Amino acid sequence: MEKKYWQNFGELNDSEASKKAADNEFREELPFELSDKLFKAPTQRRDFLKYLGFSTTAAMIAASCEMPVRKAIPFANKPEDIVPGVANYYATTYVQDGEAISVLAKVRDGRPIKIEGNYLSPLTNGGTSAKVQASVLSLYDTARLKFPTIDGKEVTLEYIDQAVGTALTGLGGAQVALLTSTINSPSGLEVIGQFLAKYPGSRHVVYDADSYTGLLLANEANYGKRAIPSYNFAKAKVIVSLGADFLGTWLSPDEFAPQYVKGRKIDEKNPAMSKHYQFESILSITGSNADERYTHKPSETGAIAVALLNALTGEGAANISDAKLKAGIAKAAKDLSANRGAGLVVCGSNDPNIQQVVNAINNAIGAGGNTIDWSSVNKSKAGVDSDLAGLINDMNAGRVGAVVIISSNPAYTWGDSKAFANALKKVKVAVSLNPKNDETTQLCKYVIPDHHYLESWGDAEPKSGFVSLMQPTINPLFKTRQWQDTLLKWVGAASDYHTYFKNYWLGKLGNETAFDKALQAGVVNNASVNTSIVSSIADTLAAPVRALTGNAGSYNGGGVTAAIAAIGNLPKGGDVELVLYKKVGIGCGEGSGNPWLQELPDPVTRATWDNYVIISPAMAKSLLGIDLNNNAHVDAYEVHPAKDVVKVTAKGKDPVSLPILIVPGVHPNTVGIAVGYGRTDKLGKVAEGVGKDVFYLTSFNGTSVSFEVPGVTVEKTGDTYDVAQIQTHNIYDTPMGNRTEVVKELTLAAFKKDPEEILNDREYETRHYGGLESYEKQGTIYPYYDKPGIHWGMSVDLNSCTGCGACVVACHIENNVPIVGKSEVKRFHDMHWLRIDRYYSGDMDNPQVVFQPLMCQHCDNAPCENVCPVSATNHSSEGINQMAYNRCIGTKYCANNCPYKVRRFNWADYNGGDSFPDNQNFSGVGKLDPAVHVMNEDLTRMVLNPDVTVRSRGVMEKCSFCVQRCQEGKLNAKRESRPLNSGEVTLENTPDVQTACQQACATGAIVFGNANDKNSAVSKVRENNKLRLFHSLEQLHVLPNVNYLAKVRNREEEAVSTHHEG
Amino acid sequence: MFKLRQLTTITTPKKYLLLFVSFLFSASLFAQDGKALFTANCASCHSVTKKLTGPALAGVESRWPSREKLHDWVHNSSKVIQSGDEYAVNLFNEYNKTQMTAFPQLSAQDIDAILDYIKVEETKAAAATAAPVGETQTAADNGDQTLLYGILTLILAIVAFTLLYINANLKKMADDKEGIPATEPIPFWRNKAYITVFTLVLFLIGGYLITDGAVGLGRQQKYEPHQPIFFSHKVHPGVNQINCQYCHIGVYQGKQATIPTVNICMNCHMAINEYKGEKLFNAEGKEVDGTAEIQKLYKYAGFEPGKPWDPSKAKPIEWVRIHNLPDHVFFSHAQHVNAGRVQCQTCHGEVTSYNEMFQFAPLSMGWCINCHRTTKVQFESNGFYSMYEKYKEDIKNHKMDSVTVKDIGGAECQKCHY
Repeated sequence: MEKKYWQNFGELNDSEASKKAADNEFREELPFELSDKLFKAPTQRRDFLKYLGFSTTAAMIAASCEMPVRKAIPFANKPEDIVPGVANYYATTYVQDGEAISVLAKVRDGRPIKIEGNYLSPLTNGGTSAKVQASVLSLYDTARLKFPTIDGKEVTLEYIDQAVGTALTGLGGAQVALLTSTINSPSGLEVIGQFLAKYPGSRHVVYDADSYTGLLLANEANYGKRAIPSYNFAKAKVIVSLGADFLGTWLSPDEFAPQYVKGRKIDEKNPAMSKHYQFESILSITGSNADERYTHKPSETGAIAVALLNALTGEGAANISDAKLKAGIAKAAKDLSANRGAGLVVCGSNDPNIQQVVNAINNAIGAGGNTIDWSSVNKSKAGVDSDLAGLINDMNAGRVGAVVIISSNPAYTWGDSKAFANALKKVKVAVSLNPKNDETTQLCKYVIPDHHYLESWGDAEPKSGFVSLMQPTINPLFKTRQWQDTLLKWVGAASDYHTYFKNYWLGKLGNETAFDKALQAGVVNNASVNTSIVSSIADTLAAPVRALTGNAGSYNGGGVTAAIAAIGNLPKGGDVELVLYKKVGIGCGEGSGNPWLQELPDPVTRATWDNYVIISPAMAKSLLGIDLNNNAHVDAYEVHPAKDVVKVTAKGKDPVSLPILIVPGVHPNTVGIAVGYGRTDKLGKVAEGVGKDVFYLTSFNGTSVSFEVPGVTVEKTGDTYDVAQIQTHNIYDTPMGNRTEVVKELTLAAFKKDPEEILNDREYETRHYGGLESYEKQGTIYPYYDKPGIHWGMSVDLNSCTGCGACVVACHIENNVPIVGKSEVKRFHDMHWLRIDRYYSGDMDNPQVVFQPLMCQHCDNAPCENVCPVSATNHSSEGINQMAYNRCIGTKYCANNCPYKVRRFNWADYNGGDSFPDNQNFSGVGKLDPAVHVMNEDLTRMVLNPDVTVRSRGVMEKCSFCVQRCQEGKLNAKRESRPLNSGEVTLENTPDVQTACQQACATGAIVFGNANDKNSAVSKVRENNKLRLFHSLEQLHVLPNVNYLAKVRNREEEAVSTHHEG
Repeated sequence: MFKLRQLTTITTPKKYLLLFVSFLFSASLFAQDGKALFTANCASCHSVTKKLTGPALAGVESRWPSREKLHDWVHNSSKVIQSGDEYAVNLFNEYNKTQMTAFPQLSAQDIDAILDYIKVEETKAAAATAAPVGETQTAADNGDQTLLYGILTLILAIVAFTLLYINANLKKMADDKEGIPATEPIPFWRNKAYITVFTLVLFLIGGYLITDGAVGLGRQQKYEPHQPIFFSHKVHPGVNQINCQYCHIGVYQGKQATIPTVNICMNCHMAINEYKGEKLFNAEGKEVDGTAEIQKLYKYAGFEPGKPWDPSKAKPIEWVRIHNLPDHVFFSHAQHVNAGRVQCQTCHGEVTSYNEMFQFAPLSMGWCINCHRTTKVQFESNGFYSMYEKYKEDIKNHKMDSVTVKDIGGAECQKCHY
């Protein structure tokens, strides 16, 4: 293949430093100095050896004297369903600001330690996201509020109830406002209803930081309902997204990603896939997955929507001057009209006018009833920004006597947060029921912290007719109370929320058995659950519960002309525009206290622990003088973590100074900054000092909040700031000097023309050994080993991988992979066993992006195994490349010899597991960040998986194919005296072994199982996708047990690699 | 080397016993189910050979006129008593008019399975008494031999020393005769040859002791601490034949066999409040009052005899842990006992003969691996191994005669370390 893939600019240009970096994986020198004087040497090494000798002897003597007496304390009365050491799974629901995902909590000896998706949920089909995976740690967050407070002083629940009760009755008729994020819990809404009824004149204000006001209002204008319909990306043959990051952060990515991927799966006999156009200003993960991607300034979104509508119906006018963009719109319009009823246009703008135009487009292409369905509405976002603005006005006017805040944080997320804070001061009674001491809670007199969702009862209805139930999986850790209980207490209800919730669902479901079944399944919906439950609730639930009818809704395009006119009158953008975007892990700040999410590399920038200004290569040149075609410049930019700091100033707002990262694919006149950073220091050591807050740059125009700033100035400050990016490890040169690509990709057109291109490539590469057939035996001087019984194998479909990072976090949790903190990531000491490599190819201004999850490939002829001097890494008869941590002496030869660079070395005592005190603050190996210490507190350690060793300093570690799960699966099969089940994951069949990454993946990109079994899922995938199958770096004869399925992009022509010419 | 020899001598007869037992088990499928049913339903009050709350069940069929009658009895004993059955009424009276719990949920087949199991157990018990107790003897022999070798070596060393001395004297006498001037005799403590040999011997012995000691660091074989309650396995699974699983409930499902919780103890000890068996002695030879130990249990349980027991008042008993595996070792009882059908005694010794529990096996990696090398998996009977086509082929072609744990990866690092 001619195409060139690159992960960084140095690699694109083959710069000297990048080559050197590639040669030398471990970049730093050992901290020793040479000296002639034996006893006065400044080195630590000799001292170290002296002390080592002494301490070993001492330890031996001490250890041989006495063994510690250990206790074994059984239960006094064993609960019936708990067997020590055996995990139980409970269905519950992850809820975060309206986002609700059905999950299973793995509870081991009373502690939830892992979250898995719930297969019974037809919305996610068992998929999860990085945020969902990481949510289990927020249960053990040391920064959680641990008791109710009044003015910051601890009080009892009884006392605060009384105090708040008195305060509320003493308002003298002033209204009570309940300020929440979107709540879609049916019983919770009833509780809120009771509360509102108890305090007449009170109101419920719904405010979402991640606002969908534009969409909601446009739908109200066009469909008469302030609601969001269901989107079905699976049915769409042509998808056009105008800046909507629907695979990462837009609306319900966990529902959309599997739908989207359904249309992207390739049937080799009849290759066809959906066509995805993305128009956007910065490079999102959705844009990275698109077939055709066009960049534009954020202020042009409206014009593009109008131009698209114009191309389809002739309405409006096409005011696009950029030729590439124009061609793109024409092409998209052509495809949309050719696929009437099978197209879908979504838009990420929060402007109701633009969304009305998008509605008009969807109406024109017949999306209603097909890809857009009004029979079930998406209830995950319901907040309208003007409601909060109205509340602030009322608060200022003194009309509001009390505000009760539930999981909402406007003091941080509202653009004019000072106005909110000032207004809140005028309110007599401010109560926060948020779980943490966030920006808003700090302003409230009364605080009753909420339970974590794993401690709560509840329900959620993210989409009408699809209910997910919640049950507690652990006793509350602290003196907290879930908000429903608090409200019920205040209205003087006789029962607690648990009883209330149970009675509510007994009423809907009919009887106790049905309720228990529903609780066990975790979901109540139209499919997949016992039909008796479904039929019994079908009539009782307001929304339709049976199969979606494909309701097109009644469209009324009356307002569209006015909307088009309004778009024309939008303020024209300046020279440089700013987009405030959300990251998949951090979101609007809800992930900022979670070290797993902070250390999750951003899929596109590969940066951790910070927000920054992303700029285009063109702007880098014009603004900072970094010419990415100049090797010296590239090296100066790439090799050191220090990045130039720029000052971004929006009109009338304080400037913000942040470091830059150059991201190809960002529009030359646009910069992007992620929200959700710069949190208050009361949120714990993880969030403290990470990034800067930019929510204040959002603006409210009377209707909706805009996350785009049309005119900003960007200036160089001359300072630098270190950004911790993940090392680009892939760089691989063969001894012969040929660069070899680690990924394979081709266009749909090419695949149709020559389906055997990849197969022929592989045949060609292995031709000296008689081709693929005899390659395994002929290509080596080592003997051939039999593979009796099980031979584990994994297949990763690059067409299905969206790069979201759920697998990375899942792997961290399952395998006790340590958090290393920013200072260590900066030195490339990150410990991710599984990383998602991001490759660019083609045009530097608008490249194509491929994501490749890369974990240990478990080579059957592994180069790492041969070089280990102590045989700490060796091969199992089941094909697993094993690590025996206790044998490892840390030579790192294996990592040096690994062509995939997937072995990670414990440079420091990240887990605090060593017996030496203060080992983590030792300047020789690096003072570890506070976030690392947070992971080692007794509370946070409760999340560790007891089945996996916590590795100590100085040993190598890497992906183990989740060997603990393999062993458990085998044991279960043996206990039941049957062969291992490694079939496909379906509703009827749960295979014995699923790796953590596989189980977390929302799109089913990863398949794992016994490759010796012809009926296993992995064998079938390999059999059915022979033409796309490849092993990374196959020609090395390392014989990986992981295979990939090549990425196919629905394009006609191949992108050509061009250097930047501007 | 020496230790290894000792190990093998111990395991060999055990294996025969194991084979014999597994033969008995496989003889009747019913007996298998029966065992489970017996453990689940009967074992809290009945033993096969011992009188507990209820009578010993050995020979129960011979005491009753027919199985049908027995079925009735198990389903509802009071009905049988009311019907005036003579044997039933006598039995009822003999056991202080304690009524047997009714088991209406057990089907006729279930009860038959239990009866079959009881029959098998009877034969086993008979066989056990007949079987010679060879092992302790062997072990003792081994100890004697060590002493023998030691004494022999010492005698030989003295003989060699005497001979050398005689030789030296003779040489001196011969030299005197021949007029060769005698050199000043060097005392043996200054003789270089002696010193060299002595140093060498000292080095070897010292080296052996240090290595042996270092290898044994952290191992606790024969560890027998005092426990908060003098719990005698000899009395419970030994004399009273309580099934191991009745108390160690996790052994079939989980990693841990689990130490029984107080409520399990109280299942029986609600009724059994005094010890009337043989005299008990602790490791130091002091007599132990069994009844007093039961009182200790009551203290933990918060139970006063004669009053109803409230389990929520119970406090856990802090036993001293005897078997400690390092954290980096994954060991699962379910894997060994359930999937592998290994007998408890293989690793824990003849628990039924211990009073206080001690660590029987060294629990060293060498010990584990040795067992994995030699132990055969249930290749034919466990459906899991049907996947191993190649081994099936090899067995058919007589290339291999059996599949050991090692053959299925039992000696690989990540079998236990991950």
